[in-house]
Amino acid sequence: MAEELKLFRTWSSPYSLRVVHALKIKGLEYETILEDLQNKSAAVLEYNPTYKKVPVLVHNGKPICESLLILEYIDETWKQRPLLPQDPYQKAMARFWAKFGDDKVLPSIWTVFISQGKEQEEAIAPAAGNLKFLEEQLKGKKFFGGETIGYLDLAFGWMANLISILEEIVDLKLVDPEIFPLLSTWMNTFSDDPVIKECWPPRDKMVEKFKAMREPYLQRTA
Amino acid sequence: MSSSSTEVQLLGSGVSPFEWRIIWALKWKGVDFEFIQEDVSNKSSLLLEKNPVYKMIPVLIHGRNSVSESLIILEYIDETWKENPILPADPTERAHARFWAKFSEDKITEPIKQAFHCAGEKQAEGVKALGEGLDILEGKIRGKKFFGGDSFGYLDIVVGWISYWLHFNQEAAGYNVMDQERYPGIDQWMKNFLEVEIIKENLPPSDEMMSSYIMYREMSLAFLNSNNKSD
Repeated sequence: MAEELKLFRTWSSPYSLRVVHALKIKGLEYETILEDLQNKSAAVLEYNPTYKKVPVLVHNGKPICESLLILEYIDETWKQRPLLPQDPYQKAMARFWAKFGDDKVLPSIWTVFISQGKEQEEAIAPAAGNLKFLEEQLKGKKFFGGETIGYLDLAFGWMANLISILEEIVDLKLVDPEIFPLLSTWMNTFSDDPVIKECWPPRDKMVEKFKAMREPYLQRTA
Repeated sequence: MSSSSTEVQLLGSGVSPFEWRIIWALKWKGVDFEFIQEDVSNKSSLLLEKNPVYKMIPVLIHGRNSVSESLIILEYIDETWKENPILPADPTERAHARFWAKFSEDKITEPIKQAFHCAGEKQAEGVKALGEGLDILEGKIRGKKFFGGDSFGYLDIVVGWISYWLHFNQEAAGYNVMDQERYPGIDQWMKNFLEVEIIKENLPPSDEMMSSYIMYREMSLAFLNSNNKSD
């Protein structure tokens, strides 16, 4: 049966990357439609009228929105190479930590990135506190998913991609390998995986983009 | 097949809508459980041990497993006890149900919290956002008995708390957004929801609700005044 699979995404969004990696791991063929967030296509507005955001996965004409929900949909629809654990409790834990990543880790790292001076100093401890939980989750494991990359690794993949870029821009260690050895190793192992490496946005473009994103915040306190 | 009552425990405050979602789900599945009352102003060592990250209720304890975050607990319950499924079986429908659950948390639950805990302009902002969220929800529910059609299910369990809680929230915080003329579909669905047997039989007493919410509102205002702000 011919399956029609389309992914509406941006070239750089970490949320979009989650879906790109999941589709790659599952070995699925699909069409990519790159979106300009300043000029969203009629298709995105039709497929995601509630939030008007990407990524959106469209499978045989049916849209699925929200990157973590898309990962679950992909895992439930194509059974090869499972992303989530089978056990209900392990699954619940994966969902819990993925949510923690989006609700707490990402915003706290972002706060360090966009603030300056005393405000930035004060933002470091909460961010480090959140990272400590992740460090503990990696004890005795190569990936968050165990021996192979899974849902939670994809959920945290933005760290492997973005952290070194943000660190370069603010000239600050966000994930210090001495304090977070397991997390640092994981970031490298994840990035080096052939499936992941193949779909990595160009670093120089990313640096340029995030420098530009930081500008308005620098000017605000100037 | 349900576990013995000592094997499943639910930590809750007694009046939080998020813990009642869990109670409804467990009752729907016929799972026996023990409710453990928490004093959220003086958290027990059990709560701190079982939810070290957020230190919040509800927490479901099932043998050696402890699960927190109500939507995650609902999925754990659905996957552990297979009778009377809560979520749809089809992956597309599941994705849509989860999407609308997230929407309700972002665009209804969060504005309700803002309207309740804030004053002045910040409260008005929350009320306005809540109205907009309810506009979208109205479009989703109008003409249907429950979110899934004729059958009661996941989305009803997730969003249904507003059928009972919103009244106390509005009364205590002095705002009113549930206009029956603007939201006839939501109004009817709320009535349908409260008629469901397991819901009707499992709601916290209204006097306890009112006194709790008046107290919480006073605490929020005191906090705002001590910090001299409206948010």
